[in-house]
Amino acid sequence: MENRSVMTRRGFTAAMAAVGSAVGIGCLSSVQGGTLKPAKAVAETAEEKVVWSQCNVNCGGRCIFRHHVKDGRIIYTETDNLGNPNEHQARACLRGRTYRHWVNSPDRLLYPMKRVGKRGSGEFERISWDEAIDTIAQQIQKTIDSYGNEAIFIHKGTGKYTAIGTDDTKTGMLPQRLFATLGGYLDYRGSYSIGAMQGYSPFMFGATYNPLDNVGASSVSEAENADLMVLFGYSAADTRMGGANGVWDMVKVRDSGTEIIQIDPRMNEQCSGFGDEWIPIRTGTDGALASAIAHELIVNDAVDLDFLHTYCVGYDEETMPESAKGKNRSYKDYIMGTGYDMVEKTPEWAEVITTIPAAQIRVLADRIAKADRLFVSQGWSVQRHSAGETNMMAICMIPILTGQLGLPGTNTGISMAAQVAQPLVGSIPQPENPVKTSIPVYQWLNAIDHGEDMTTTNAYVLGADKLKTGIKFFWSFAGNGITNQHGDINLVHDILQDESKCEFIVCHDIMMTDSCKYADIILPDAMVAESMGLSTNGYAEYYNGVTLAMPAQEAPGEARLAYDVYAEIADKFGKKEEFTEGLSHDEWIERIYNEGRANNPDMPSFEEMKTVGVYRFDLPSQIGLKDFRDDPIANPLSTPSGKIEIYSEQLAEMAETWDIAEGDAITPIPSFEPGYEGYGSVTEEYPLYCAQFHYKARTHSCYSNVPEIAAVARQQIWINPQDANPREISEGDICAVKSPHGEIRIEAHVTNRVIPGCVFIPQGAWHDADMFGDRVDHGGCYNTLLGYHPTPVAKQTNSNAVIAQVTKA
Amino acid sequence: MTKAFFFDNSRCTGCRTCQLACKDYHDLSIDQTYRKVYDMESGACSMDERGVVTHTCKLYHVAIGCNHCEDPACTKVCPTGAMEKDPETGLVSVDGDKCLGCGYCVMACPYGAPTLDKTVGHTIKCDGCKNRVAEGKKPICVEACPLRALDFGEVEEMKARGESHDIDPLPSSSYTKPSLYIRMSPDAKSSQAADSRIANPLEVF
Repeated sequence: MENRSVMTRRGFTAAMAAVGSAVGIGCLSSVQGGTLKPAKAVAETAEEKVVWSQCNVNCGGRCIFRHHVKDGRIIYTETDNLGNPNEHQARACLRGRTYRHWVNSPDRLLYPMKRVGKRGSGEFERISWDEAIDTIAQQIQKTIDSYGNEAIFIHKGTGKYTAIGTDDTKTGMLPQRLFATLGGYLDYRGSYSIGAMQGYSPFMFGATYNPLDNVGASSVSEAENADLMVLFGYSAADTRMGGANGVWDMVKVRDSGTEIIQIDPRMNEQCSGFGDEWIPIRTGTDGALASAIAHELIVNDAVDLDFLHTYCVGYDEETMPESAKGKNRSYKDYIMGTGYDMVEKTPEWAEVITTIPAAQIRVLADRIAKADRLFVSQGWSVQRHSAGETNMMAICMIPILTGQLGLPGTNTGISMAAQVAQPLVGSIPQPENPVKTSIPVYQWLNAIDHGEDMTTTNAYVLGADKLKTGIKFFWSFAGNGITNQHGDINLVHDILQDESKCEFIVCHDIMMTDSCKYADIILPDAMVAESMGLSTNGYAEYYNGVTLAMPAQEAPGEARLAYDVYAEIADKFGKKEEFTEGLSHDEWIERIYNEGRANNPDMPSFEEMKTVGVYRFDLPSQIGLKDFRDDPIANPLSTPSGKIEIYSEQLAEMAETWDIAEGDAITPIPSFEPGYEGYGSVTEEYPLYCAQFHYKARTHSCYSNVPEIAAVARQQIWINPQDANPREISEGDICAVKSPHGEIRIEAHVTNRVIPGCVFIPQGAWHDADMFGDRVDHGGCYNTLLGYHPTPVAKQTNSNAVIAQVTKA
Repeated sequence: MTKAFFFDNSRCTGCRTCQLACKDYHDLSIDQTYRKVYDMESGACSMDERGVVTHTCKLYHVAIGCNHCEDPACTKVCPTGAMEKDPETGLVSVDGDKCLGCGYCVMACPYGAPTLDKTVGHTIKCDGCKNRVAEGKKPICVEACPLRALDFGEVEEMKARGESHDIDPLPSSSYTKPSLYIRMSPDAKSSQAADSRIANPLEVF
């Protein structure tokens, strides 16, 4: 071991040269928007080589690896060392630092397999690639012949973000390229992360509004220009952990002197060292707090009426649309108790719901009112709730009421700029899908179970009034979203048992995940370290960059590049040429890189990139909706009125005409709603609210099977001593957690860092249950407990709405 | 020149990246670690009879390896001279060939830095990545930290960045004079005389 890091004299000299040039270019990187050319040489010894690569999972970062490789194996991994160490460096987090354990995991899929037991039994038999591809091609043809292409569904998978894999801009996804070539597929909209945000915020901000790009939202770095930052459920230290990610930007914000307030049911890691910033709140009640803050702003005359009347529709009667005039349907009527539920949204009203003392709400509202520059944002957890849609928008009312939007130091309240509008490189082109019908991604399970009954008004089908057929052929690539990352694992299992509903399932992945157990055919994929790879910076990193990854290891067993597999499937339909356009995987990467370089001539040549690996530069901070604020006439929003629609006629009409589940609500204004298994739904049997959080041990379910991480970041349910003590639960005890939908076993972490009455489970742990026995999940997967209840409008994830009981097992 | 570590407690979010980068580089097994990350908590978050919640919670993290002390306890008790402090760099490391595996250093170190590896029959510990340092690099943990909360260099430079050697749950620096300089977060400062406790006992080994 010691020998491997001893360099030859030649290697040592090269290393020093690299350090020297890195220091030199560091000066450039601190210039905003300036270009940064990476250090060229990386030291090599006689025995080992260093290979640039990248972490391509879905935390939002694309942290940079320098794999040290010897005898064809990664022996250890270093990270980004380019430029100034006190500026953006895409330093990998703890997960990336275990990459060699992940890539060499015993859970890797090595051979194509076919199912020989029941779905979910995990019984498979090895088959040849020829048999796998023949079987798949036959099933595709059979599905098209029997039901049409609309019966084919490609699930969202986010485990391999590369230019030739799955791309979060949804323009370059390999399976979609294949199936578009074969006549099309039922498309999905949105994501599990932010489906409600993507699907619902356009009613307020316009059809083309993107809550994540640097046009619709401010960058985190803009908060350096604020004097107060108010965050609802946002912790980059838990979700965006890399050295170029939001967590680094948050360090700079705190260094700048901006005061920070963090509203969260859990004292998140971003509070580390600064506990006074934390305001605990009951899960799913952010909308109530925001409404009470609005009440205080209104009664204390701290709202910006000019802004509200010029830029917005529906704050008060003065700007209500004709269809709603004279009916006490304005936002102000809702807050002041003169409309809708006729309840005044006082701090005392909110205290009962949120648990936050009324006096503290008044102090918070006063600080907000007095801030010269107010930066409000929220994490994505608020909207992942059965009532998350309207509660998310209620938070946006804080910057809107105070006119703190579109100006320096402000934000739109909904998210933060997580994408640059123009990435340096694109991805493999995706031909137009001949099938125009789409569903919200979270609706696939319903579309398997009763697709024929799904319409626009009961399931948000778009492109057609209703689905012609249920999903009969299901493709999952680089995702664990059939069971593990979907709502209600036990329900999924039950629905998939009926093989007349979904007739055929393919899982194409790197690990034997729980979702793979439901596949009829499993295909083994190569990982990024096992091939050439290309990707831009991630969406949680506010800079512009591109990494060219070179292979560090060979893929194990018969695992191979997905691109080649899809080319072979296309060949069975005589479409190989159409799919490949005559290019190999690596030739596509070169083409995509060079197309990017044509627009960004400072990028190194492709040949040079093979050695230097990375090209990146910082970006100036950005203010969301700045153009609209500067000139609302010249730059209107894409809402029907061109303004911010606090009152949405579209939503008002949907509230009248849509068929929604009992207990759900569609409101034309931002309001507080409790939602299914939300506030007020606890019972004697299930007396606790239960929510999930993103945990350092994994990105969704990626890296979850790395024991080196699990040993120092244990899978535990967080429970307050006030709830643990009466249950005689101590640190480390194994607990039974039961919800109306399932039961798990999980270790207890007894901590004051969570609010009493709510318990919290890190999401993404691997489900581990005997599905033909007691179904008790010993892996502690949160989604075993979650009921499947898509949100009222966007029909997306309801993850944080669970009621449960916890007992010592 | 004598080397020292700097730890910016106000930036550390307890992410464990330093620890896992170290384990990867030094090829440690799952149950071995040269670095520890303590999650420290104090105060309470409680709900009153009206259902209203208030809190007095403080939270901070301490990420440490061997502190390569000015006055190390481990070298003093070593019967064979296997545990040595480098006269030039000040880095303390163990010579596996000389070490008998007696475990005296394991008992003597107040930071729990050396551990006995029974499979190889001798003590193992953080050596400050002395091979990297000899090549002009920083220890792997320092270059790994996403928040740049760790640094390593000449003792005078590190001293200029950190005001303290002492932070709960570490023992008083007066025992071994650790080559560790700390910038304290507000919560670490206010917790010094309070009821701070190690909140992750099962994750520190």
